[in-house]
Amino acid sequence: MIFFIAIVVLSGTAGDLAVSHAMKQIGEIATLRPSAIWRVLVRAFRLAWMWIGLALMALAFFSLLALLSWADVSIVVPATALSYVTAAFGAKYLLHEDVAPLRWAGVFLVCAGVALLSLS
Amino acid sequence: MNAEPRTRRRTYLLLGTMVFFSSIGNVLLSKGMKQVGQVVDFSPVALLGMFFKTFMNSSIWLGIFSMLLFFVCYLLLLSWADLSYVQPASAIGYAMVALLGYVLLGESVSPARWVGVLFISGGVALVGGTNPSTTRSDRPCE
Repeated sequence: MIFFIAIVVLSGTAGDLAVSHAMKQIGEIATLRPSAIWRVLVRAFRLAWMWIGLALMALAFFSLLALLSWADVSIVVPATALSYVTAAFGAKYLLHEDVAPLRWAGVFLVCAGVALLSLS
Repeated sequence: MNAEPRTRRRTYLLLGTMVFFSSIGNVLLSKGMKQVGQVVDFSPVALLGMFFKTFMNSSIWLGIFSMLLFFVCYLLLLSWADLSYVQPASAIGYAMVALLGYVLLGESVSPARWVGVLFISGGVALVGGTNPSTTRSDRPCE
């Protein structure tokens, strides 16, 4: 079961990293006008990283569904809160984001909080 | 910690919209699936029937639409904000849903869940105080 939880957490994280990378290639959207948003989306969905990210997210989603059909929900769902920590690591080392100490503290608090919330 | 006020405002605005649509979307999908009912018969014909029943349900469609809007907000936000900022910050939705369930629907919340809500709120406050965008080196000219 730990193996499947790892697949859910890691492929979900990898998916978020890939999608984030794709959007960073697009660059900051200047206005939130619908026509501008539409153009940005069309450009984003022409990037390979976007589709890699979506595929990884789909893999995480269906692995979670499969896992939930036989494993204990009260273990699986809290365990997926680990993705907050793996995403922060990935963002720091692969996307080169500056994860400040305060942000690390926040990430661990959120992870513990989401785990507690889904526990009961 | 010295992001421009404009970037910060847009970040908060989009984060709020994103959390709103994901919470609404989850509630609508859950409501729709409860109307459709539990899957008890796994024969192909029965599954096909369930499939059509699911896609004839208006809550399901509204839920899917909300989820699409959520994902668009997520993408737009990631065009400037750090993933390590957006992801933990969006967890405030879990705390809000628990709080709304308590206030509006009178759902009971166990002590462990209250601690969870407290942890999430504290964590989001910490993350929210950091600079939303740390990788932006070359700003596009506007």
